[in-house]
Amino acid sequence: MFFQEITPDTSGYMIAGYATTFIILAIYVTSLFLRQRNLKQDMDMLAELEKTAEKPAKPVTKRGKKK
Amino acid sequence: MNQKPLALKILDLVSMLLLLAAAYLAIVVAPTEKVMGDVQRVFYFHVGTAWVALIGFVFTAVLSVIYLITKNLKWDRIQVAAVEVSVVFFLITIILGSIWARPAWNTWWTWDPRLTTAAIAELIYIAYFMLRQGIDDPDKRARFGAVYALIGGLSAPITFFAIRLFRTIHPVVIAGANAEAEGNFSMSGDMLTAFFFALFAFTIIFIDLFWNRIRLGEYQNEVEERKLKAAY
Repeated sequence: MFFQEITPDTSGYMIAGYATTFIILAIYVTSLFLRQRNLKQDMDMLAELEKTAEKPAKPVTKRGKKK
Repeated sequence: MNQKPLALKILDLVSMLLLLAAAYLAIVVAPTEKVMGDVQRVFYFHVGTAWVALIGFVFTAVLSVIYLITKNLKWDRIQVAAVEVSVVFFLITIILGSIWARPAWNTWWTWDPRLTTAAIAELIYIAYFMLRQGIDDPDKRARFGAVYALIGGLSAPITFFAIRLFRTIHPVVIAGANAEAEGNFSMSGDMLTAFFFALFAFTIIFIDLFWNRIRLGEYQNEVEERKLKAAY
């Protein structure tokens, strides 16, 4: 390509390059967001479990009915 | 997890705007290079991403030393964040280089010293995560990771100097010329503006993603600790 006098049309490669950059960055940002969301769900679930564990167990009668 | 700080929210927005501005300068403002045509415009993002990724790899080596001295797991979490963001940026560098090489060298890939050292560096840091995955004990994982990243840090200067030390077809655009280079060009005026702006933009974007990733690591640690507490 370096011996030709007119500038070659390589715009397709340029578009591919910029599209790739934006796509990779978008995927990475999405992965950060999703990982954070999953951790938040875990945290909420743990908080719920801790709350349940803290509640005192209700005494049970001989017939199996709760007082 | 604490609420996202206002400074980070602003940085997120600024990073997005800088990325768009850098793309505008590279695609619209910078003139078309006569020999290669529009594909030369990927050069601005290619160098911008390579710059932050290689600095990031060197930074991880520094963080390794800090961790090995202090034994504080906070530095390990920061190191993981630095490696992860650097790997993403370096992946972009390699793909952009390959896209540029197709019309310039008539091939997507060649085992040139620069391309080879770059591919090795990327693989070293991908393997870093594989190594960490295989170790359960957090202290042992951090220690092994730190030693590995410290040795792996050598790959960054080797990659950078490969085009200056070995016979290669990769152009040396900054601070040097290479007689063997295929696709060499000189920059002037708007090209330099687009180039330096891209360097600046990617530095800010790196800092932003790095900060976000550190926060994610801290949150991960918080969840792990709470899980352990819940188990006992």
